[in-house]
Amino acid sequence: MLLIEQKPLDEMIAGAVQTYPDECCGFFFGKEKPGERIITKILEVNNSKEGDKRRRFEISPRDYLKAENYADENELLLLGVYHSHPNHPAVPSEHDRMAAQPYFSYLIISVKEKEILGIRSWQLNGNFQFEEEKINHYKTNKIKWQS
Amino acid sequence: MAIIIIPTPLRKFTSNTAKVSLSANNVKGVIEELTINFPDLKKHLLDEKGNIRSFVNIFVGNEDIRNLQQEQTTIKEETIISIVPAIAGGIHS
Repeated sequence: MLLIEQKPLDEMIAGAVQTYPDECCGFFFGKEKPGERIITKILEVNNSKEGDKRRRFEISPRDYLKAENYADENELLLLGVYHSHPNHPAVPSEHDRMAAQPYFSYLIISVKEKEILGIRSWQLNGNFQFEEEKINHYKTNKIKWQS
Repeated sequence: MAIIIIPTPLRKFTSNTAKVSLSANNVKGVIEELTINFPDLKKHLLDEKGNIRSFVNIFVGNEDIRNLQQEQTTIKEETIISIVPAIAGGIHS
């Protein structure tokens, strides 16, 4: 179960809308106890993919190290990665799966212009396949983002 | 001894240890020593041919080993080595 506090949720949604039609990406941080993760903070980073950012994202190693350092300095856990799927459902692609790491939650935001069509989260299982994890927050379907 | 920093997603394979001290003198040796100490790490760091997986970056200090001497990059005492998972993805092609 993934619990997302309102502020980080709003920030991820804002990033997905503002970056549209490109993919946005970033990290999220928080705490965990057995069966439950709480996202309290996000760090949006640059999509460093060279080429079609509407269909791909990439995070530079230096931004990754920045995220690990941020977690250490703030005594938070680096819990996962989020990115947007412009005009596509919040379902991981084979490309997402190939690059996925164990332990991390992968949160995907489906966005079409200013409308959020869905937010879903996924984790790799022991066979390197994605399994969906429940998200506990409200109004994740058809959110109309207001600037 | 050199210190290797384990990234968060791989710490469950190192008993939650974030920093491991190792005595090998090049990157290849460091990875071998690490995977002997923590065998469950192996499939996440190396492919079936024993090479470092394409989605794993190794930094010696602030430099990617791809810009140095790859796996033969020399490790000195007190060198900091970081394993940096590549983070990438995107929609169906």
